[in-house]
Amino acid sequence: MRAALVAEYRKLVSTRLWWVLLIALAAYLAFVGGVLAFSIVFAPDGQDTTMPGGADAAAGVYGLVNAIGYVFPLVIGSLMITTEFRYQTITQSLLVEPRRTVLLAGKLVVAIPLGLVYGLAGMAALVAVSAPLLALKGDGAFVTDPDVLAVILLGVVVTALWTVIGVGFGAVLPNQVAAVVVLLAFTQFVEPIARLALGAFDATSSVARFLPGAAADGLIGASLIGEMGGGSGDLLPRWAALLVLLGYAAVLAGVGRLTTLRRDIG
Amino acid sequence: MGPTRDAPVLAVEGLGKSFGSVRAVDDLTFSVRPGAVTGFLGPNGAGKTTTLRMLLGLTRPTAGRALVDGLPYAEHERPARVVGAALEASSFHPGRTGLGHLEVFAAQVGASNRRCRELIDFVGLGPAAERRVGGYSMGMRQRLGLATALLADPPAVVLDEPANGLDPEGIRWMRGLLRAFAAEGRTVLISSHVLSEVQHTVDDVVIIAHGRLVHASSLADLGALATPETYVESPAAGALAGLCDDRGWSRRADGAGLVVAGVPAAEIGAAAYAAGIELHQLVSRGVGLEDVFLRLTGGVR
Ligand SMILES: Nc1ncnc2c1ncn2[C@@H]1O[C@H](COP(=O)(O)OP(=O)(O)O)[C@@H](O)[C@H]1O
Ligand SMILES: [Mg+2]
Repeated sequence: MRAALVAEYRKLVSTRLWWVLLIALAAYLAFVGGVLAFSIVFAPDGQDTTMPGGADAAAGVYGLVNAIGYVFPLVIGSLMITTEFRYQTITQSLLVEPRRTVLLAGKLVVAIPLGLVYGLAGMAALVAVSAPLLALKGDGAFVTDPDVLAVILLGVVVTALWTVIGVGFGAVLPNQVAAVVVLLAFTQFVEPIARLALGAFDATSSVARFLPGAAADGLIGASLIGEMGGGSGDLLPRWAALLVLLGYAAVLAGVGRLTTLRRDIG
Repeated sequence: MGPTRDAPVLAVEGLGKSFGSVRAVDDLTFSVRPGAVTGFLGPNGAGKTTTLRMLLGLTRPTAGRALVDGLPYAEHERPARVVGAALEASSFHPGRTGLGHLEVFAAQVGASNRRCRELIDFVGLGPAAERRVGGYSMGMRQRLGLATALLADPPAVVLDEPANGLDPEGIRWMRGLLRAFAAEGRTVLISSHVLSEVQHTVDDVVIIAHGRLVHASSLADLGALATPETYVESPAAGALAGLCDDRGWSRRADGAGLVVAGVPAAEIGAAAYAAGIELHQLVSRGVGLEDVFLRLTGGVR
């Protein structure tokens, strides 16, 4: 198993993709975080906007690592599997490790530190740009507020979870182009719309909490969509959110193992 | 360098694989002995790659089994240390360097980074080691695939179409290497769709067509199947044909004359002389092994 981890680590660092996506994530979060912090700080006073203030505002901004950043760890995680099929290195991978469960487990495990690195970089970029802006206002950046700190730390953790879920997703859908398209469509359109739609009705709003992005918001305890949608801000408690996310990872990985990784290779 | 353990016998027993209605491999049985180079031959689509993939545990047979030293490949503790393999379609990430590719797979076969460097020099890719594989030629990829197969210095080597894309110098180098492996007692199995490509490399041949075994023997025994042919040309074509038929010789038209199979030129010349038939050409043609191969596999020239 140790050798399988070394192999997965080397697969990652021997191509450029991991740091290209990492830089893209950091730049994207820095930009959007900066814009959001700016609009919070310079929102005209007195006017009752939907903009949250104080620690809620800070948590919302730092929570962007999850709210809008999660597509990046999902994609890099899925690519850990789909590139093997795209370039057929899966053949050589299975020659040196025919136990397919070990191959998949190696990827899932290596996704954790990879995701932590993504989470750290994304959060660092986000905080570096938005905290000074938020601090301009009397309310401050709240980086030492325990609730906000929890958002920062769990934002890093949840990024690692997204990476693991991405690996599971790649195992279910090993076609690289299809996987990236589905991930983009799901994270950018399907899930946000589903969350707003389901959240709009009392009967369904509790279901919306179980969507992966909503569960992740529950884990970090901050929800941009929830706050902006108004009223649908009820999230799963942290422990339940964690279980839901782990469940997504386990189900996807299990299905991938029983389908893609059981088929003939070649 | 010598193999790190006793070389295994590779065996295929009643092996079959169907893809839907296509029977890619059909009741195939043969074995590959250590200490020799065995050529696994058959035209394109004969089922060579599919057979090798089943031998290496990548594809599940629909019938029979394929064994490495009596055990399926995947059930060996560290199979890539027993059999080093390079498959035709085994491919490379274009963004990875040649050396990087070797290092990725080195950990699981217990090869050091130094071994990777040695190997990449050994296969002649030293100057390109730090270049991305996306810029490699077909021949360079073959060499990199070979280096990957040799990572563990395995006692058995299985190569699918290793000569594809290699230049003549590369083919000769590969031949020397494989001969040396056999001399060290290793088991060597190489596939090809052209017999002449491996004719000077192999000791044994296993020939398949349409997924079925058509011939398995030493190369020498395959040569014995070759029969001489004689080309004859006469202005009295009809009389010559009649002579052949009288004698029961099998003949076929070839250009302006006839080819008589299995009859030496001297015998034909004497018979024509006796019959008063004028000959303009009487030429012995050795039948190449390639012709035997084509005949066995039902190919047409
Ligand atoms: N994955 C597959 N799906 C369907 N048909 C296949 C597959 N792999 C091979 N075949 C078919 O099986 C036959 C044997 O192919 P192959 O083993 O690649 O032959 P060879 O290596 O001798 O050229 C061919 O008819 C090929 O089209
Ligand atoms: Mg082939």
